[in-house]
Amino acid sequence: MSELSELYQQVILDHNKKPRNFHKLENANHSAEGFNPLCGDHLNVYLHVEDDQVKDVSFEGSGCAISKASASMMTQAVKGKTKAEAEKLFNEFHRMATGQLNEETEPNDLGKLTIFAGVRDFPARVKCATLSWHTMHAALNEQQKVSTE
Amino acid sequence: MAAIVEELITIKPKPRDGWDVERIRKDFPVLRQTVNDKPLVYLDNAASSQVPMMVIERGAQYIEQEHSNIHRGVHYLSMKATTAYEGAREKVKRFINAREAKECIFVRGATEGINLVMHGYGRKFIGPGDEIVISAMEHHANIVPWQMLCEEKGAKLRVIPMNDAGELLMDEYDALLNEKTRFVAVAHVSNALGTINPVKEIIERAHKYGVPILIDGAQQAPHGTIDVQDLDCDFYTFSGHKMFAPTGSGVVYGKARLLEQMNPFQGGGDMIKSVTFEKTIYADLPNKFEAGTPAIASQIGLGAAIDYLNIIGREKAAAYEHELLRYATERLSAIEGVRIIGTAREKLSVLSFTIENVHPHDIGTILDQQGIAIRAGHHCAQPVMQRLKIPATARASFAFYNTKAEVDVLADAIEKVIEVFS
Ligand SMILES: Cc1ncc(COP(=O)(O)O)c(C=O)c1O
Repeated sequence: MSELSELYQQVILDHNKKPRNFHKLENANHSAEGFNPLCGDHLNVYLHVEDDQVKDVSFEGSGCAISKASASMMTQAVKGKTKAEAEKLFNEFHRMATGQLNEETEPNDLGKLTIFAGVRDFPARVKCATLSWHTMHAALNEQQKVSTE
Repeated sequence: MAAIVEELITIKPKPRDGWDVERIRKDFPVLRQTVNDKPLVYLDNAASSQVPMMVIERGAQYIEQEHSNIHRGVHYLSMKATTAYEGAREKVKRFINAREAKECIFVRGATEGINLVMHGYGRKFIGPGDEIVISAMEHHANIVPWQMLCEEKGAKLRVIPMNDAGELLMDEYDALLNEKTRFVAVAHVSNALGTINPVKEIIERAHKYGVPILIDGAQQAPHGTIDVQDLDCDFYTFSGHKMFAPTGSGVVYGKARLLEQMNPFQGGGDMIKSVTFEKTIYADLPNKFEAGTPAIASQIGLGAAIDYLNIIGREKAAAYEHELLRYATERLSAIEGVRIIGTAREKLSVLSFTIENVHPHDIGTILDQQGIAIRAGHHCAQPVMQRLKIPATARASFAFYNTKAEVDVLADAIEKVIEVFS
């Protein structure tokens, strides 16, 4: 079992307090709404995609520190990526959070996002970390609503 | 059979003298463990309470020595099991002061109890244009079945509003009642806020319109007394796992006259007198509502949990819990940044709160690291959260085996949460 300090690292607390790209995106051409019925986390992800590239991305909503920080860092991570790259990150993040990918031994592009690896020791909180990623994935693929249950 | 049952319950458990919480804690094996290297502080009793050894042993005795089906066998084990099962029903009857044991239907829990009444009574007697009244502080279990019924029948759901403290507005209730009202369903105690509703008054007013009423007693049964005759409610339901018995046990009480008029809930074995392919004649109460093999060990356990409550003394336990809630409210209110959610004048055992700028789920995870079990979320009462304009709360809920020292551990841990997020 991870220590608490590993889950609530300073970076996460900081993103929770000052989430980046935390607003509605006016020129968004993709968006989706994510909802975690278990804990009431609720957010919208907005994407501006052009020529197969995520030109801009933002989110708004309410949730716990883990979900907010994860959303904030997700927006930073996918900005400027191609659709395929964003999807690959989604896939890696999801596998890391659910314990299917060992970020230390297997190749990946997660970088700073590996600070969320600790959630896999907190099964009740995995969905908090992955909600924004599921929602981004849904937005890219033109789904309107996702629910992580 | 009646004679055996009578004999069984005349062996009355002897009440203990005084109140010794350390002795009581020893009755609950779960409480002895450590979680994350800290002594377990179990404050999620409103979700499920713990089970005393006496109840565990009674359930185990059935499995070890009496395991067999009830009502069906002429053999020794089946008769023993049937006696124990019907003995538990007799204990329930006394626990809620029902007129007759057959008015106490065994169900899986409050959810099934409410669904039984919705199907058995609602679908038979409620039609287009009729109105069903519930309250703003219901658990989803006492909302969704009625919504389903309204959708099916073209009936309308009306909701008694509450104030910011979490108290029902009784004048608004009066205004909702009219000649179209066909049913009222209200919680005795709110699981999200701890409010004790003035159910006797609520029942009386429904009856002025000749409307039957169901009381969801899931949160009252573990903490207070219930007298269905004094209340004069038509239906009353609660779950065993919230009152020191195993999961899968529970009761819905109904007045015999109403239960007899109702449709059965599920069809199957045990609920029939005779079956041919042309026609089935249903069994008498209570079997009419108990199709199939029930959770025998759990329901026998519920009977033992009632014995246990009688041994420690229900009034003494309630008084102790009252003081514990008062103390916890005082301790938590004194912490800057903590807001108590649910400040009704009449409350029991539930302390919902929020911490400024900290989401309840983060509170829950951090407290869990300290060995403290609380619940974080909407507590299956999303409309309560919507009404109070909060996404969720953290909820500490107490039982008579909790202590002031545990409340202190909780308060200290909350201060730590605030420190982490500051
Ligand atoms: C007030 C209230 N009603 C109904 C229920 C549903 O109980 P169960 O899940 O045991 O059926 C609960 C349990 O959470 C409750 O607190």
